[in-house]
Amino acid sequence: MISSIRAALARTRAFLNKPIGDADLDQELASHLDFAIEENIQRGLSPEEARRQALIRFGGVQQSREQQRAARGLPALDILMQDLRYTLRTLRRDRSFTFIAILILALGIGANIAVFSVVNTLMLRPLPLRDPARLLWIGPRIFTGDWSSATYSIDAYKELLERNKSYEDVAGYYAFSSSDNFKLSGHGDPKPFTGIGVTPNFFQVLGVDPLMGRLFRRDESLPGAGQVILLSYPLWQRQFHADPSVIGRPVDFNGRSFTIVGVLPRSFDFGAVFAPGTKVDLFVPIDFQGTRLDGNTITLIGRLKPDVTLQQARDEANSLFPKLDFRTDHPEFKADYSGYPTPLKEYVSGKLHRSLVVLWCAVGLILLIVCVNLSNLLLARAAARTKEFALRGALGASRGRIVRQLLTESLLLSGAGSLFGLALAFAITFWLRHQSSIALPLLNDVHVDGVALLWTILVAIATAVLFGLAPGLRMSSSDLQESLKDTGGHGASDGRRHERLRSVLVISEVALACVLLVGAGLLLRSFLRVLNVDLGFKPAYAAAIKVDYDDDGNASKRGAALQNILTHISAIPGVEQAGISDNLPFERNRSWGIPHLHGVDNSHIQGNSALVYIVTPGYLPAMGVPITGRDFNWSDGPLAPQPDPKNPPSPQEAAKHYSEPVVILNESTARRLFPNGDAVGHVIDAATDNMRVIGVIPDVHLTTVEGQGDWQVYYPMMQQGPEGAELVIRSRVPPEQLASSVMHTLREINPGQAAVPLRPIQSLVDHAVSPRRFFVLLVGTFAALGLLLAALGIYGVISYSVTRQTLEIGIRMALGATAARVQFGVIFRTMRLALIGIAVGAVMSLIVASLISAMLFNTAPTDPATFAVMVALLTVVAVLAGYIPARRASRVNPMVALRGN
Amino acid sequence: MPDPKLDLLQGTLDLMVLQTLAAMGQLHGYGIARRIEQISGDTILLNQGTIYASLVRLQNRGWISAEWGVSDNNRKAKYYAITRSGRKQLARDAADWRRLSDVMGRVFAQSPEGAE
Repeated sequence: MISSIRAALARTRAFLNKPIGDADLDQELASHLDFAIEENIQRGLSPEEARRQALIRFGGVQQSREQQRAARGLPALDILMQDLRYTLRTLRRDRSFTFIAILILALGIGANIAVFSVVNTLMLRPLPLRDPARLLWIGPRIFTGDWSSATYSIDAYKELLERNKSYEDVAGYYAFSSSDNFKLSGHGDPKPFTGIGVTPNFFQVLGVDPLMGRLFRRDESLPGAGQVILLSYPLWQRQFHADPSVIGRPVDFNGRSFTIVGVLPRSFDFGAVFAPGTKVDLFVPIDFQGTRLDGNTITLIGRLKPDVTLQQARDEANSLFPKLDFRTDHPEFKADYSGYPTPLKEYVSGKLHRSLVVLWCAVGLILLIVCVNLSNLLLARAAARTKEFALRGALGASRGRIVRQLLTESLLLSGAGSLFGLALAFAITFWLRHQSSIALPLLNDVHVDGVALLWTILVAIATAVLFGLAPGLRMSSSDLQESLKDTGGHGASDGRRHERLRSVLVISEVALACVLLVGAGLLLRSFLRVLNVDLGFKPAYAAAIKVDYDDDGNASKRGAALQNILTHISAIPGVEQAGISDNLPFERNRSWGIPHLHGVDNSHIQGNSALVYIVTPGYLPAMGVPITGRDFNWSDGPLAPQPDPKNPPSPQEAAKHYSEPVVILNESTARRLFPNGDAVGHVIDAATDNMRVIGVIPDVHLTTVEGQGDWQVYYPMMQQGPEGAELVIRSRVPPEQLASSVMHTLREINPGQAAVPLRPIQSLVDHAVSPRRFFVLLVGTFAALGLLLAALGIYGVISYSVTRQTLEIGIRMALGATAARVQFGVIFRTMRLALIGIAVGAVMSLIVASLISAMLFNTAPTDPATFAVMVALLTVVAVLAGYIPARRASRVNPMVALRGN
Repeated sequence: MPDPKLDLLQGTLDLMVLQTLAAMGQLHGYGIARRIEQISGDTILLNQGTIYASLVRLQNRGWISAEWGVSDNNRKAKYYAITRSGRKQLARDAADWRRLSDVMGRVFAQSPEGAE
């Protein structure tokens, strides 16, 4: 044991001190021969004969030297070094080959690592929270996009906390905060920030420890607690210059004073987990008392007890949730809660699994194409090197030794490719981390980590073996004598064998590229269909800005304040329409139950609650929504207060001061309530009883671009309490040009207006379709890459065969074949390869398309147009790839070709 | 080569070198090679050159040591000597060999053809 360790050390030492060891040995061998010669001379031989005999007895001096070296140092490493040196030399000589090979590999491997990093973050790695496997999201079994049906009342939350036996603790956050809802006052123009209310145990349940300071305390949600605030790491960096002394400091938001109690760690990004594509700057404890009567407001996240299974939690929820009270003081208010705990991770990224797997497969295909392509390149190179290897074989290199040399070459290439690919992956992941507008979760956490590095090494070795082995075996098995003959490779049967193998490779390459193209084509077509969806509103030339207005909390003053703003905004040159809504499409939403005809029991109506939008006159026209009937107008004034039963006002008196409650329905709602299509003018019960339907609008997409129309109702801001205000303008000029004059006008009306951006409505749509855009972009890029590689493969094979057949072409031309005839022959061969590949690929595409059918939108997996276009594209590219060598073939000068041999 | 030489089993040469050094004390490579030839009575016609691989192997394991010295006739040569761990190894290997040849002897004894 000890002796073998010693031996290993000695060998390593010897390997590192090779020149010394060699010199030593040479001296020793010389003295050996001297001894032998001397002895032979003493025996009476002539000096020449003595030397000859000595050498005979010694055996081969060089052999002995090699043997001694092998026993002394590390022969395997010696050979490797030799191979590496040799490889470097040959690669340097063949620069364009090396460049193309490494470039292709870098693209293939880089794309693979980048996609793996994304997959790893979104799918494989646990959430960046403590013990995330035990965190459960508790919501409806199927989330329709209506947040009111995915949230629970404060009373229900408290009851759940008391009654459940499954969770260590349950936390939640207020689901209806809008962005830029916290105005930092006191330093010049008010700056907007986004804050979210959380239950005081929120961070403890998630397992997030503060970077400094403390988290919230239980009692900070109760009445009378001081106003406290937790800062996110980026906000602390940006706004407070990473000053550690902010803890305990008061800070004014929305005119109220808050105390900063802590700073959250950098690793915690609320938006990345719970609200992809948004940023959250600060956190406050939910005011349980103040929020209690606001209905369903908070989401639920539970931390499972260690001994409770997911199924047990689900069983408990099935029996427990229906019993939870909407309001404990009004047990008769039926909430009909249901709860379906799912692992938080699944809630966050579960929907994306299919897309990610498709992405992973696409990138795997790319790698496969890269390997095939490189095999092809290496084969071409190998064909040119036949003689070199034959010579080496003749000099005694074994078959294994030659394969080893070729493998070293491919390993070196794939190693270099991996290095560049890794750099590419770092760049891609860096870019992804900063794509905050893509509504994909956890993007901020995408990075090339140890697992990804391991994956790289694996991929690199696998590719090297894959693309190095076939040519290696093929090369080393070729007939030595045949190769050594100076035929120049023309017309040798060996070359034909090469060509057949290369043709098979090209066909498979074309087939793989075809699959990628068709898949990408289907996804692209789906995406275009999504972009073409009639949203019900017109995003172009419309923009929204969050407005602060002052109504002293007095509903009767609200109308005048809003009208004042809209009058001034409408006066800005270029503004065509202006209106205000509290919520915008694809953003925060809420529902208030299902509207029904007055006096009709609605319990039989199945379906989701109606989404509620509270708007001013002019909002719907500003969004480009056509109205059947009329829009709200400013005379739809405040509603009468709840009538006093003892002293009811006379109807005349009520009508003088107060207005009739009015509502605008979308088509789905109107059709459900009034199947005859005569909704306008009728009265329904919705937010209040006896609301007059004054208008009907088409179904507007509010939660998803791809979904179907939901129930939607619109109320005037003068009559129902809005939460926030988003001013929407429709203009004749691009709205960005109006940003400064709009802000200027708003500041004039209200100096406290926060410096928020004017956002094009299109950006809301873009945000909603960003995940699909992201996947289409990636798969499309891969498909383009695949197409390029396939073209390269075709070009390589055809070009090589033209070179080999120069003589043959020359003879044929000398015998009278026209240039066009020759050219046609080459293109015909190209087409044969391409068409076989396309045929195989089309069949494979059909299978793949049916696998991804769930990701398609309004597009059949067998969509003939997509198949036709992609097949045509591939054919055209193939012809182009074949055309270049074909032209070269047609320009062969018979005299030169014949003389050349 | 038609010469009917005895091929050396793996490791046999190493053992011979060890035994030679144990018996003769310090020797240079040529001396060791000559000594093995003499002992074997030229039944084993080894290429003298092969001995150097064996020497470096033994040296790497720490069973022999080497140093440059000067011969009787004033020639520079590398002299090898067996070390203590080399002697131990030799004792073990020699015992193994004896047991093996003992067994082989008995195996061949049962067949008259094999025994010759």
